[in-house]
Formats: sequence, structure tokens, C-alpha cells
Amino acid sequence: MYPEDVRYTENHEWIGEEDGLYIVGISEYAQEQLGDVTYVELPEIGRHVRQKEPVAQVESVKAAEDIYAPVTGVIVEVNEALEGEPELINLDPYGKGWCFKMDDIDTAQYRRLMNREAYEKYLKSL
Amino acid sequence: MAWIPVTHKDEQEMLQAIGVSSVDCLFEDIPPSLRLKSWNIPEGLSEIEAYQHLEALSKKNETGYVSFVGGGYYDHYIPAVVDYLSQRGEFSTAYTPYQPECAQGTLQAIYEYQTALCRLTDMEVANASLYDGGTALFEAIMLAVRVTGRRKVKIIPGLNPIYEQMIRTHIANLDLELEYGDEPEGCACIVGATPDFFGNIHDFTAIAEKCHSASALMIIQFYPIALGIMKTPGEMGADIAVGEGQSLGLPLGFGGPYLGLFAARKEYIRKMPGRICAMTVDKQGKRGFVLTLQAREQHIRREKAMSNVCSNQALCALRALIYLCEVGKQGLIEVAQDCYSKTEYLKKKLSAFATVINPKPTFNEFVVRLPIPAEKVILKFKQNGILPGIPLKSLLEHCKQQIPCKDKDGNTYGEEGDLLIAVTEKRTQKELDMLAELIRANIS
Repeated sequence: MYPEDVRYTENHEWIGEEDGLYIVGISEYAQEQLGDVTYVELPEIGRHVRQKEPVAQVESVKAAEDIYAPVTGVIVEVNEALEGEPELINLDPYGKGWCFKMDDIDTAQYRRLMNREAYEKYLKSL
Repeated sequence: MAWIPVTHKDEQEMLQAIGVSSVDCLFEDIPPSLRLKSWNIPEGLSEIEAYQHLEALSKKNETGYVSFVGGGYYDHYIPAVVDYLSQRGEFSTAYTPYQPECAQGTLQAIYEYQTALCRLTDMEVANASLYDGGTALFEAIMLAVRVTGRRKVKIIPGLNPIYEQMIRTHIANLDLELEYGDEPEGCACIVGATPDFFGNIHDFTAIAEKCHSASALMIIQFYPIALGIMKTPGEMGADIAVGEGQSLGLPLGFGGPYLGLFAARKEYIRKMPGRICAMTVDKQGKRGFVLTLQAREQHIRREKAMSNVCSNQALCALRALIYLCEVGKQGLIEVAQDCYSKTEYLKKKLSAFATVINPKPTFNEFVVRLPIPAEKVILKFKQNGILPGIPLKSLLEHCKQQIPCKDKDGNTYGEEGDLLIAVTEKRTQKELDMLAELIRANIS
């Protein structure tokens, strides 16, 4: 349910390395809490963002939440498929439902994020 | 509206149903020290007494004047059907009639109002309305700020000073800069009004193009009746179009209730303020109407909502819709032509002996500069049953405008003798001739 090879934030984003870039999405727990996602607003490509800055928004039938930058860095790619199929977030949050990719990230911040074990423990504490 | 009495027995039954012993129990959560100790409310009146009291109060109103007063709110004719339909009990029901399961009529009316507004302005989407023209303009600015992430807002000179004051009040504690001008570089938006406060008609097409090259938004404040014959905000390339809807079937009141018209390009719909009504189908495939895109609003997004306006002016919007349906496309053109040509007639008459300041075409309002103070003229003409207009200098001063006040083209206004005169389709040729004659007699 929670992949081993990515890291997690307290706000339920995940971030993982892929071909030299860092790919970001929301966790299984987050998609389940939101319910059916109806709209995703993605950030501008090239935008420099700081850790914990709101960069994207997900709207569901019952809520609207911000997605925060898990680390400081630059947005280099966004998942345009979400514009037409926002439900990908519900169906495949770690695969086709990814949100955006980052580069030039603060790797120290990345290393300090929770691993799967820590995140699962964190979820139990909620 | 239905008379719904509450007897002592009804009250007891309701209290019993919710399990409390008295009405006072409902207020127990408020600390006693914060509750009112006494009420300064006089003894109740009998129906006869209440009627007499209200009648005496209403006699203090001065009505029946031939009015040339405008300044953003105009004396247009209201077809009888507007009162008749809007006063039906089905429409004048409880507050917040938004539940689709019990408010299909109201929701359909709002949806049709939005459609009418889009067609009127040539814009793609409209909300269910806001409180008034000034609020709508402030909300338009905030939308531009959200979309662009920029803090600077420019107003093209000539905006209604009442609106400007409303905007300044709303942004007093926000990190925004407000300037006059039409250069969009680095700005969230440019705000332009046509006709402007002095009646001048402007074409903002070129400025809208400049805005788009500078990634700024063009906000156009329009006058709905004028769109019968004028270029629409959509045709000029507006990103957001706002206006006061009073001229569409709403009577002149002391401050309202009025109607904030708000329309925009579709790409901004998720950042728009206010309610939005949509058409859909129910489980059985039947057409129905619901509120939509509510994730923008504060009952869902809390402090990050697009706006704190979470209501609309449903009854006023309904009147505007009925008005537009009643006059129709051709009727609106005729009303607008009437306003325009009667104004031109009066301008021409007055030009023979006084100075009309507006050098360019105006819609239904203009400024005439008299050699005597406008205030005096107003007091004097009242005795003849005429309200000749607004004494411009006092209004501008009251709205904290710098005198002289400039319009977009640099013409200046605000001298002692400046009178802002509005002419609607209701003014007859006889009335126009009478006003011109009175002015002529008083200045020679």
C-alpha cells in the first residue's frame, strides 16, 4: 500500500527519485480521505518553490486541499493527464496519479523526510 | 407572503421536541455577563396604530420629482411584470434557498440569470450575483490578484468615486497597491469603466490587448442598459466584466438592495467568488439545477476560500432576469437608443448657453458647467418639482477625490458649477425642454 522507495511528508505528499528528477504525488491515505477527486490545479513549470509552500490544489466532491512542496526546488514537469482524468489520483496515486516533478531540490531536506515505516507509524498516531 | 403565527402552544411543542424547557435555555451558551439585561423596545402597537405610524413615516419621503440624478444608479422604467412575478410567494421564501431537492425554481431562475448575463456581456461564465456593483468590482480585483499573484492594481481615471472608495475600504488591510493609469506591466489588472462616471464612452480594446501581452487582466465595469447599443466587455477583450444591476428592474432605494453583476472568462471559473448555478440531470435522467464548483467557497475551503461572499442577491437577480426577458434583445436596444438620443438632445439644447464638458460621446449622462454653483440650482429647481442632477464638486469631495478630478483623456471636473445630469428613457421631451429652460433662465 505504501511504497518503500519514496519518502513522505506529514501533509501526506510522497516524493521519489526517478531518472535524476524527483516525482511528487499524494499518498494512498490522502486520496482516501479526499474521496473522488474532481479537479487538480497544477503549478507553473519553472516555478521555484520552497519546502511547505502550497503549489497545487486537489478538489474532491467533499473537500479542497493544497498540495505542498515536500522540499525546496524547481517544478520542471506536471502531469497533464490529471486535467482530463483527475480520478487517476484515486486509482493510482503512486503511478499514473503523480502530480509534478522537481529538480534542483534540497537533498538534505529530502533525506530528512519520513520513510515508509516512519510514515505508517505517523498515520497510526493520527 | 404567508402569515405564519406562533402560538404559545406551538412554542411549547417546539421546545419539547428539542428537549429544553424555555426559550432562554437556547441562549445558555452565551455567558450571562454578555447577555442583554434589558431591551429598549417600546410597547407593541395595534394594527391601526402601526399602520398610522408607518404612514406618517412614509410621508416624510419626498417623491414624485422629475429626476435627472444618476451617478451610478438610474431612474429607468420598471415593467409591471417585474413586480408581479418577483413578488410571487414561491420566490420570496426563506434565506439561502439553495437545496436542489426543494428549490428547483429558484435555482433555475439563477441559472437563467447567469445565462442572460453572459449573453448580455459576451462573457463565458457568470456567477449567481454579488451584493452590488462596488462589491463586484472589488471581487474582480481580488480574482485578478489570485490569478496573477501580483499586488499592483491600476484604475483608469473616471471610475465611479463611490466604487473607488469601496475598493479602498476593502483593501485597507491588504498588501495591495492601488494606482491610477493604464500601463499594465507588472500589474494584476487594469480597471476601466465605460461609460465612465462622467458619462464618457470608452473603447478598451487596445488596453485589453496590452494587458494580455503583459499577463495582466482587463476588468471592465459596464452599464447593462448601455450594452443595448455599445461594444460589450467581451467584444473589447475583457477578462472580467462587472457592473451594477440596479438599472435592470430594481427600484432606486436609499442604498439598495442592489445587484452586483459578475462575469468572466471560463478559465477563471475556479477562482471566481460567489455562488454558481449549473444544469445537470438527476438519477432518472431528468433535467435539474444545482449549485456547482462549491470547493471555491468558504463552507468547504474555509480561510482559503476565493471570497467571503457566500450568498447572492437572488431576488434582485430574478428581477434583472425578468426585466431582460420582458424587454428582450430588441427592447434593450430601444431603451439604450432612447437614453442615448434624449441625452444628446439635452446636451445640444444646453450647449447653446452653457458649457457641456464632455468632448466625446456620452451614454446617458454628462457634465454641464454652469456659471452659478450647482448646489444652488438644485435647491431652486426642487421647488419646480425637478431634481436636475448631482452637484459634482460636493460628491467628489465627499468621496475624498482630488479636485479637479480627471477622466481618462485628461478632461477635468469638479468646479463649483459642475452639474452631473442623467437622462433615462423615462424623461419626456417636455421635461428635457423644461430643464433646459430653467437652467437658461437662471444663468442669464
